[in-house]
Amino acid sequence: MPQKQFGTAAAVDVDAEGFLADFSQWTREIAAAIAKEEGVGELTPAHWKVIEFMQKEFKENGQVPSVRKLNKSGVVSTKELYDLFPGGPAKKAAKIAGMKKPEGCV
Amino acid sequence: MENKIKKVSIIISKGGLDGVYPGLIMANGARMEGIEVNLFFTFFGMDAVIKKRMGKIKIATVGNPGMHMPSLLGIIPGFSAMATKMMMKTMDKLDIPPVPEFVEMIADAGGKFYACKATVDMFKLKKEDFCPQVDSIINVGKFYEISAGGEIIFT
Repeated sequence: MPQKQFGTAAAVDVDAEGFLADFSQWTREIAAAIAKEEGVGELTPAHWKVIEFMQKEFKENGQVPSVRKLNKSGVVSTKELYDLFPGGPAKKAAKIAGMKKPEGCV
Repeated sequence: MENKIKKVSIIISKGGLDGVYPGLIMANGARMEGIEVNLFFTFFGMDAVIKKRMGKIKIATVGNPGMHMPSLLGIIPGFSAMATKMMMKTMDKLDIPPVPEFVEMIADAGGKFYACKATVDMFKLKKEDFCPQVDSIINVGKFYEISAGGEIIFT
């Protein structure tokens, strides 16, 4: 299992694409570092709202919520989500939130 | 990563659920990967963006070998509606939205929608017949123009 160091945090286990292998190793500092790396930039309260909702869903049912679920939850509209995480919202948000890569097609 | 696809133009030419969904799923999936997307609707595929039809698209139970059942059963009144209902239920669980919601979702994600001029003329349709996500009615030449520099997928 490859390891990666984000910022000044201790190195964590990641998969081949840089997704955290173990969600319990996630910290806000790691999130900020991945966001910079992914071109998302500084994380704003709007980003955190999405990240926190995704993590809550992930803890409850072990699945990364889809764009549709995020939209329906009222947390973030599809348009806003694409604006917040340009170039691949579900994948980038999941990565920043310390979760595995989303597996679904939608 | 240099070979990453940057842009796709997807043609949806077939009607029915199995005709329109593959293109919609590929379009949405492309946007999720940060790929620029154009959708071009032609022939019966156009039902997916016609206001009064988009919510009523069904799976064909007659003459559809993919259904794995005798066509004779498919002619039973209500059979197609029932098969469609069952399929939509399964799809909803997988978070695949119904066609109108899917169209809205792809448009919100930045996908662009176009209707085919030849089909519009043939079926005597007007711009008002289409859902608001349809940007414009374009001819084949214009389609190639907007598709320039990207991949073209025909479904």
